[in-house]
Amino acid sequence: MALRWFQRLKQGLAKTSSRLTDGVQGIFTGRRRLDEEALEDLEDLLITADLGPATAAKLTAELARTRFEKEVSGEEVREAFAASITDILAPTAKPLEAGNDPTKRPHVVLVVGVNGSGKTTTIGKLAHQLRGQGKSVMLCAGDTFRAAAIEQLRIWGERVGAPVVARDSGADAAGLAFDAYKQAREAGTDVLLIDTAGRLHNKKDLMDELSKIVRVLRKLDETTPHDIVMVLDATVGQNALQQVQVFRELVSITGLVVTKLDGTAKAGVLIALAETFGLPVHAVGVGETAEDLRPFKAEDYARGLMGLE
Amino acid sequence: MFETLSDRLGKALEGLTSRGALKESDVEAAMRDVRVALLEADVALPVVKDFIGRVKKEAVGEKVLKSVTPGQQVVKIVHDELVAMLGAEEEEQKLRLLGEPPQALMMVGLQGSGKTTSTAKLARRLKEKDRKKVLMASLDVNRPAAQEQLKVLGEQIDVATLPIVKGQGPVDIAKRAMQAGRLSGYDVVILDTAGRLHVDEALMDEVAAVKAAANPSEIMLVVDAMTGQDAVNVAESFTKRIGLTGVLLTRVDGDARGGAALSMRQVTGCPIKFLGTGEKSEALEVFRADSIASRILGMGDIVSLVEKASETIEQEEAERIAKRMQKGQFDLDDMRKQLEQMRKMGGMEGLMGMLPGIGKMKKQLAAANIDEKMLKRQEAIIQSMTPKERGNPKMLHASRKLRIAAGSGTSVQEVNKVLKQHQQMAKMMKQFTKMGKKGGMPTLPGMGGGMPPGGLPPGFGGPR
Ligand SMILES: Nc1nc2c(ncn2[C@@H]2O[C@H](COP(=O)(O)OP(=O)(O)O)[C@@H](O)[C@H]2O)c(=O)[nH]1
Ligand SMILES: [Mg+2]
Repeated sequence: MALRWFQRLKQGLAKTSSRLTDGVQGIFTGRRRLDEEALEDLEDLLITADLGPATAAKLTAELARTRFEKEVSGEEVREAFAASITDILAPTAKPLEAGNDPTKRPHVVLVVGVNGSGKTTTIGKLAHQLRGQGKSVMLCAGDTFRAAAIEQLRIWGERVGAPVVARDSGADAAGLAFDAYKQAREAGTDVLLIDTAGRLHNKKDLMDELSKIVRVLRKLDETTPHDIVMVLDATVGQNALQQVQVFRELVSITGLVVTKLDGTAKAGVLIALAETFGLPVHAVGVGETAEDLRPFKAEDYARGLMGLE
Repeated sequence: MFETLSDRLGKALEGLTSRGALKESDVEAAMRDVRVALLEADVALPVVKDFIGRVKKEAVGEKVLKSVTPGQQVVKIVHDELVAMLGAEEEEQKLRLLGEPPQALMMVGLQGSGKTTSTAKLARRLKEKDRKKVLMASLDVNRPAAQEQLKVLGEQIDVATLPIVKGQGPVDIAKRAMQAGRLSGYDVVILDTAGRLHVDEALMDEVAAVKAAANPSEIMLVVDAMTGQDAVNVAESFTKRIGLTGVLLTRVDGDARGGAALSMRQVTGCPIKFLGTGEKSEALEVFRADSIASRILGMGDIVSLVEKASETIEQEEAERIAKRMQKGQFDLDDMRKQLEQMRKMGGMEGLMGMLPGIGKMKKQLAAANIDEKMLKRQEAIIQSMTPKERGNPKMLHASRKLRIAAGSGTSVQEVNKVLKQHQQMAKMMKQFTKMGKKGGMPTLPGMGGGMPPGGLPPGFGGPR
């Protein structure tokens, strides 16, 4: 099973990086001098992976510092970029630790993000993973807004063997979270995963609703939620920076999960995110089934991005 | 977080005092900033390169007008070129639903791009605006409860959905939907397909099979406005594999600059037909090139503001208020009408979002919490007054205030607040009309003085 996960991520990243590597190879057939023009082309290639113009410029400048006007090969350039990116991302690669500490029972994880980013699916995957480790998990259907969102989580609950706490559509999400916490505590559940409705970060009233969920949980236990995980879609561009900034300001995000890395989107904005906010990246999603969640490994990601083995 | 293009170009071309025509070197310098601005807005790199090439040709040798700086002139050229590239003929822009009913409309796109919500929005629009009989069918057998979601939405907007048959595959559902469409006399059948990655061979085959079965006249690619550089890959694959006729851009109510729009337009060659601007089923707008162009460049959206305002405000009413204001009259009735107009325009936030250079103020506004509810309460207070009281607020003594508070379900304090606000507004209106007479204040066309131009009424800016 583990091998399959790894294959999927690698396949995913292989698709995503083939352009990038083809590109690097295209610029460097054999060896060539790293001149202004070559640097510009490299910068462009990084931009196509959503690194953003600023980060791309920074990485190429770094490359130029040691190798400007020197003869280099495509392989060397890729290795150098992969190393820089690994350095930046390595401190953020931290899996989600939940359900191991007996003083946190339940360990509460609130899952947030914009609409359609993959929150509910990620909860299903996380629950599956935790269940596989022999932990008891409860799910809270906190998306009381989107049509049939409750039903969606219920199906995930059935799939992974986790009870789902839900109210009717339109119910107050904070009140529901409160109930779920009490139920999980009474049942001695190890981990409580709380789903929320998708919301755009620039909608004040919706963001207030999220703060309210956190406030209500803290009334019961001020150490909760132990984690507030923001789910980011890999296809997102530079707007991810604004998203994370606002979500972090309003509900103190503790970590990220990046979904849909099985496509061709590369989520290169992760690098700028790491430099700006330094938030842990807990895991990456590489498909739609319960198994399709992988721990985030900085080096694998960086090397995958640059098309290196 | 990002500088706007105008700011950037302002700086880049600061030293440039020479008037006359734009020199090649000026344009080169400016294009570096244009490039960064477009990339920060998530326009895909190949599209950026192509675009810069076009603009250079346009800009070199262009005369700099006396009244503007070279930077502004370049922004204008960039903006116009962007509008030209984004736009399409009016005919092309419309939904393709001519021909023998039922016409099939197929929604496709990546996972989580907003297909189902957009399906309901289009259905509602077709039903209410075009008086079409619409059937919606969910072909999403992948995501848990996706079919259920469309069913619930159908109930909300009172549009029929194809009954769910468990275990049926997408192609069979599509066939069943078309048959139901024929038998029950539907004009349009909207097929909401499952989200799929453009590199997922099996799922791309499946959607091609659905197309063959339903023969849709419109195939709409639904794309998230926040999409980054990957937009080109998605657009390319979907175009090649199944062919598209239109693009619907979602989550435009976010604050992404929406460069994906330009990538989509360029790569698919299809017109962008609609914009999704919120979670509710009525939050769908017809695409307008100039508004997205300004947004990509981070320039605010004056055109939208003006048009939206003129749409909502009944012209006569506006003129009447303007006349009264010129005479220095502004009573509570006028204020109520203004509150109502403001609410129709999406509240202060919706309104301010369309103004350029207002980023900071928007935050203050959000903090001030001016929302629809508050506007409604204030309207209710004024509505609880007698016409006489509205014309002459001075006669509002304690007992009358109590009655009004009770009548509107508010408190005397809130009544007082409205009165105070009215006083301040009336005072400001007077100042504006004075300035207007001196010709110092621009009036927004279509606004007819219904709102103080360029300013917020007092009491709407600061914290409560
Ligand atoms: N290919 C792929 N699809 C995903 C992944 N994660 C979520 N999705 C899909 O994205 C869509 C939206 O996911 P959902 O969990 O409902 O998003 P939410 O609105 O944030 O809860 C669904 O169709 C999911 O199956 C992933 O890692 N890869
Ligand atoms: Mg959800």
